[in-house]
Amino acid sequence: MAKGSIVAGLLAPHPPHLVYAENPEQNEPTSEGGWEQLRWGYERLRESLSEVDYDCLVILSPHWQTYVGTHFLGVENFKSLSVDPVFPNLFRFHYDMKIDVELAQAIHDEAQGQGMSVKMMENPDFRVDYGTITSCHMVRPQWDKPIVAISSNRGNAYYSVEVMQEMMLELGRVTRKAIEDSGKRCVLIASNSLSHRHFTTESAVPEDMSVEHITSHAMHLWDMRIIELLRAGKSQQVVNEMPEFVEQAIAEADGGALTWMLSAIGMPEQEAILHGYGTIIGTGNAIMEWPCHAWSDA
Amino acid sequence: MNDVIVKSLVVPAHPHPLLVPEQNAGWQRIRDAYDEARKVVEESGADIIIIYSTLWPSIIGHQIQALPEAEWTLVDADFHDVGSIPYHLKIDAEFAEAWNQANHARGLDSRTVAYHGFPIDVGSVVALKLLNPNNDIPAVICSSNVYADRAETSVLAKSCLDALAATGKKAVAVSVMSLSNRMFTEPINPIDDRIHSQKDDEWNQKILELLSQGRLEDVAQLSRTIHNQIRVQKVVTFKPMWWLSAMNDNRNDLNGDVLAYEAIHGAGAGVIILDPTSSGQGDIEYDEDDVEVFAGERSVLANMENPETVTKSNSDIVHASSAPKPVGAYPHARREGDLLYLSGIGPRHPKDNSIPGGPIKSPEGESLEYDIKAQTRAVVDNLEIILKEAGSSLDKVIDVTSFLVNMERDFQGYNEVWAETLGKVGPTRTTLAISALPTPIAVEMKVIAKA
Ligand SMILES: [Fe+2]
Repeated sequence: MAKGSIVAGLLAPHPPHLVYAENPEQNEPTSEGGWEQLRWGYERLRESLSEVDYDCLVILSPHWQTYVGTHFLGVENFKSLSVDPVFPNLFRFHYDMKIDVELAQAIHDEAQGQGMSVKMMENPDFRVDYGTITSCHMVRPQWDKPIVAISSNRGNAYYSVEVMQEMMLELGRVTRKAIEDSGKRCVLIASNSLSHRHFTTESAVPEDMSVEHITSHAMHLWDMRIIELLRAGKSQQVVNEMPEFVEQAIAEADGGALTWMLSAIGMPEQEAILHGYGTIIGTGNAIMEWPCHAWSDA
Repeated sequence: MNDVIVKSLVVPAHPHPLLVPEQNAGWQRIRDAYDEARKVVEESGADIIIIYSTLWPSIIGHQIQALPEAEWTLVDADFHDVGSIPYHLKIDAEFAEAWNQANHARGLDSRTVAYHGFPIDVGSVVALKLLNPNNDIPAVICSSNVYADRAETSVLAKSCLDALAATGKKAVAVSVMSLSNRMFTEPINPIDDRIHSQKDDEWNQKILELLSQGRLEDVAQLSRTIHNQIRVQKVVTFKPMWWLSAMNDNRNDLNGDVLAYEAIHGAGAGVIILDPTSSGQGDIEYDEDDVEVFAGERSVLANMENPETVTKSNSDIVHASSAPKPVGAYPHARREGDLLYLSGIGPRHPKDNSIPGGPIKSPEGESLEYDIKAQTRAVVDNLEIILKEAGSSLDKVIDVTSFLVNMERDFQGYNEVWAETLGKVGPTRTTLAISALPTPIAVEMKVIAKA
């Protein structure tokens, strides 16, 4: 069996507004568009991935929050209705999702072997979180690739950003190992925004772009700093600055997704591709790609 | 004392007492206590069960569940292996809307949600399944706003009381919450369950001691401390006791009964009933602002480096975030056509509320030396801040009415500062001597300016 590999790492944010603005048939509410800068960014990302051959998506979303270790979806198929608890007016999505249980189990077992607290989620009534659904839909709206979905263990809430990162760096390493051993080609998705201070009111027409902007200059500066570091291939520095970033920008990277993904793809010094940046209800969102398949490991 | 809250309950959120009580003697005791609480609810004569859920975070104001028949099968994010929870809840949609409107009347942003498949949180579902298994009493569920401070959470309760008074309903108020909420981060054998740490246990005991004495307001005032001491940050901070205490008029003389206290996967689980009959003891030491109307001052904005310049809750009402807070329920300014009408503005410093030039009286009422020029200058500075935030400026002032508490002593100093500042702008002016202002300041100005 050929060695498996991670063909790309993605930063792919999940505000439900993006799905709402796309008007896919699966979503009940309809819109007049909005957030085009980001949706065009996702378009460029999809275009960039269209030539890449891969077997499955592996995603970590901060909206499946677990406190008792890290969990993995462990049922072959999930089909249900997902309603966003915060923006139910925008996101009521009928999903039908295939899970790569074999790979999920392999990552789980590898993590367990390293002494991590992990658990398979095998209850067929379980509802998949909207973060996972939104990022997967925006990356691959065909829904034809099986998915490995990993919960966000709230290490930051229990201890600190530093401890969370230790756990996510380790989870990244075991994810890579399990993928290599599986022989599969995978795209990894870190599903999170950057700066994460919201507006606390919503306009009557949610997609009214005349009121959409970053919440403050400080948030903008943080977003640009992180993006520029990643574009310059300084992923280790981003991990180093994560405690300040999370504290000052209330960054959604506190859920561990970005650290996990960067660790899994080997803390790259290669430049990340920026496909798009925009704000959603004031939060900063970047769509970025690390095209590992194009990097020579010779 | 209001007569609409017939009982108040504090109950735990995790699914174990509902799904697998037999696996642990403590979980079974919580289940038994829940069953006892159910009988109390049934016999209370309540028309509605009102739930404030700490497990339902919201961002855009508070959300109130308003789907008349809410049906789904719920699985816990962590404890998916103890089983699924099919539910069918009867929601009082009419009351949800009444509460929503009462919120708006008090300046609070909120909305009702009525969507099939809405993910009602595990705490609300567990509580309603156990307290109201046959839907004999309709319920309403409200979210915890992530950014809400005590003022906002208290006003939320007051508008709930308004809605109860308007609809003539009697209610059981329920806070669904853990006490200490730190869980074990690894799976445990159920028989090994215990409170996560001794510190958590000691704090839980303290909370229970206060509640058993009916001292609800004391627990509410400890909320920030409790949050820091024994709560893991899970999206929302610890605020259910703010709500529950305000639902009971911030009283400390309720009758409290702790039916059970146990661990659920390390977290503190208590079933507590508070009866509104006065225990006859319990002083009230209410030392925070008791806010009647929410003015939009969320701490999340106040703490920002670059505060939002103007918060407009209505198109014509201006609350300037970097000006000193008003001392009552009024805005800094209102816009009418092309004109801005400012409330009376004093000299208090916007950062720390201090009085530049010193107060004119001590708290005991003794007269003090003060500097009228410094106070007058500070008034003009505050005017400038508010006008600027409302999109106007000092040089657009048209008319000023000045109030001095001591004309003889202060007119000259006041007039000198006037000449250096507003005198150069040239508005019309009226200066009055009055006997007092609401706080120990010597001067206040009321201004009309071009918008
Ligand atoms: Fe999110």
